[in-house]
Amino acid sequence: MIAQRAAEKLKERFPDSVLSVSEFREQLLVQVETSAIRDVCLFLRDDEELQFDMAIDVLGADRLVVESTSEKADYINDPFDRQIRSKKQEISMNERFEVIYVLYSNKHKEYVRLKVRVAESGQKVPSVAQVWKSANWAEREAYDMFGIEFEGHPDLRRVYMPEYFEHFPLRKDFPLMGIPGSLPLPDKQ
Amino acid sequence: MNKDLTDPTKSKIYEALIDQYTSVEPDDPLGSDMILNFGPQHPATHGVLRLVLRLDGERVIGCVPEVGYLHRGYEKLAENMTYHEYIPHTDRLDYLSPLSNNMGFALAVERLTGIEAPPRAQYIRTICSELARISSHLMATGSMAMDVGALTILLWTFREREKLYDIFEVLTGARFTTSYSRIGGVAQDMTEDVEKMIWQFLDYLPEAIQECERLLNRNRIFVERCDMIGIIEPDDAIAYGLTGPNLRGSGVERDLRRDTPYFVYPELDFKVITHQGGDSLARYYVRLDEMYESAKIVRQCLEKIPKGEIHANKPKKVLPSKERVYTRMEEMIHDFMIVNFGIHPPPGEIYSAVENPKGELGFYIQSKGGGVPWRLKIRSPSFVNIQSLPHLLRGVMVSDVVAVIGSLDPVMGEADK
Repeated sequence: MIAQRAAEKLKERFPDSVLSVSEFREQLLVQVETSAIRDVCLFLRDDEELQFDMAIDVLGADRLVVESTSEKADYINDPFDRQIRSKKQEISMNERFEVIYVLYSNKHKEYVRLKVRVAESGQKVPSVAQVWKSANWAEREAYDMFGIEFEGHPDLRRVYMPEYFEHFPLRKDFPLMGIPGSLPLPDKQ
Repeated sequence: MNKDLTDPTKSKIYEALIDQYTSVEPDDPLGSDMILNFGPQHPATHGVLRLVLRLDGERVIGCVPEVGYLHRGYEKLAENMTYHEYIPHTDRLDYLSPLSNNMGFALAVERLTGIEAPPRAQYIRTICSELARISSHLMATGSMAMDVGALTILLWTFREREKLYDIFEVLTGARFTTSYSRIGGVAQDMTEDVEKMIWQFLDYLPEAIQECERLLNRNRIFVERCDMIGIIEPDDAIAYGLTGPNLRGSGVERDLRRDTPYFVYPELDFKVITHQGGDSLARYYVRLDEMYESAKIVRQCLEKIPKGEIHANKPKKVLPSKERVYTRMEEMIHDFMIVNFGIHPPPGEIYSAVENPKGELGFYIQSKGGGVPWRLKIRSPSFVNIQSLPHLLRGVMVSDVVAVIGSLDPVMGEADK
């Protein structure tokens, strides 16, 4: 299991930056300090033994739990509501977003996953687009969908949504039906 | 709304085109180079891919791909529906091989939930994935040949795909949007009629592929349009995250069917096809040879397929069969609960990937324990493959752009999600 070995090596090399190592269904997830992510990735790529030479995916995720208003309170009690909306769980806005890196080693034919947490605003994640070229568009997608900003990214534009779109659609507080008027139609000639 | 932002000539996409080596204004009419908008409505872009090309005479010196014209927000939709409800949406990802998308998604949810489909279902899934691969590669070969001017091949490969669709219709009940997989099994059992149809198809397939090969492999126009065009070296291909036939066309042996075994692939005997060169022609050869290998895999599966159940025995997680729902109380309750509230996998997050015809199709699922995924990320191979276009297109002629796109075989339904 090279993923375990990678976790051990990371703990040795970056004792302060590796926050936790968890395992679920035999898949390893290493949570690291946000500011150290580029160094960690460079180490995983260049280490002779590990050689994680592919960044299969870089994805964002939102941890926000929608706060219930009095109007929504009935909705929460509705048994047909399939979303989990617990009122007790509070997520600190300093750790609202996650960026998850799925890496693959062609030598060992195994995956390892890294995770960093990002604040809602003001914090940037060091970009790994220079480490793996494939991270370029993946980070752009995370920016497009969640508004997570990457520091040192060569070309941080939106991927899917139009440039003038002002919202971030995959955030949990973006409504499913969209925001009326946010995508204007062309003027009638 | 700021007017400047909706003006296409002030778009950031043009700024992205100007790199450190070139400083010419994109609007400069007297400059030696020009900007060419290629797509999104162009028959050779396989959908709605837009490329902004920067040309020096007839040579491409810069390229910025623009995707998103088919963005339907499938990841957002996934957060609002149960895992079973999401299966029909996976048909619309890579719409040239919906069956293998279905299987990949079902496998991801099963890995998250911790259930395993019974052997017969696993065999059926393997057969479906490989038939989908043949169907997709036939389409890729045909459309690539059409892009360089050989329309005959497209018609011939479509004729073969038609036979495959007939098989899918009998097997799944639909020709195109199959939605055949279920969490923990497949929708319905494969009958002997289907097996017979597949055997007939397999007997006929090699001849049909050879027909196309005879038209293309020694066709001077086709070979010269593809040979040494759109080259990507193995190191670059890995760095760009290419997967599937595009990576194997650069000589890298990476095939998830062998490397991270799933379904019944470990029990089967097949080769991982690679070709050296990394050009359009190599990618074309990889697809051709993979069709023979897929046929070989389907043959082995049909010989080995056991009789038995097609659903895992997990009543609270797997939809019961319809006859039992109508006649038994217990099954009716389970059916009601699963359909209305979902299957409630445990909290956790997994990444699960399968080898699709286009490359590695991965699903990253974050579950918080509810009936719906908290976050479902689709790692679509076409999206990542399109990313390498600026590298592939550097220095090629304008007329070769279509050949390179055809050899990459992107599907915009998947790239745009």
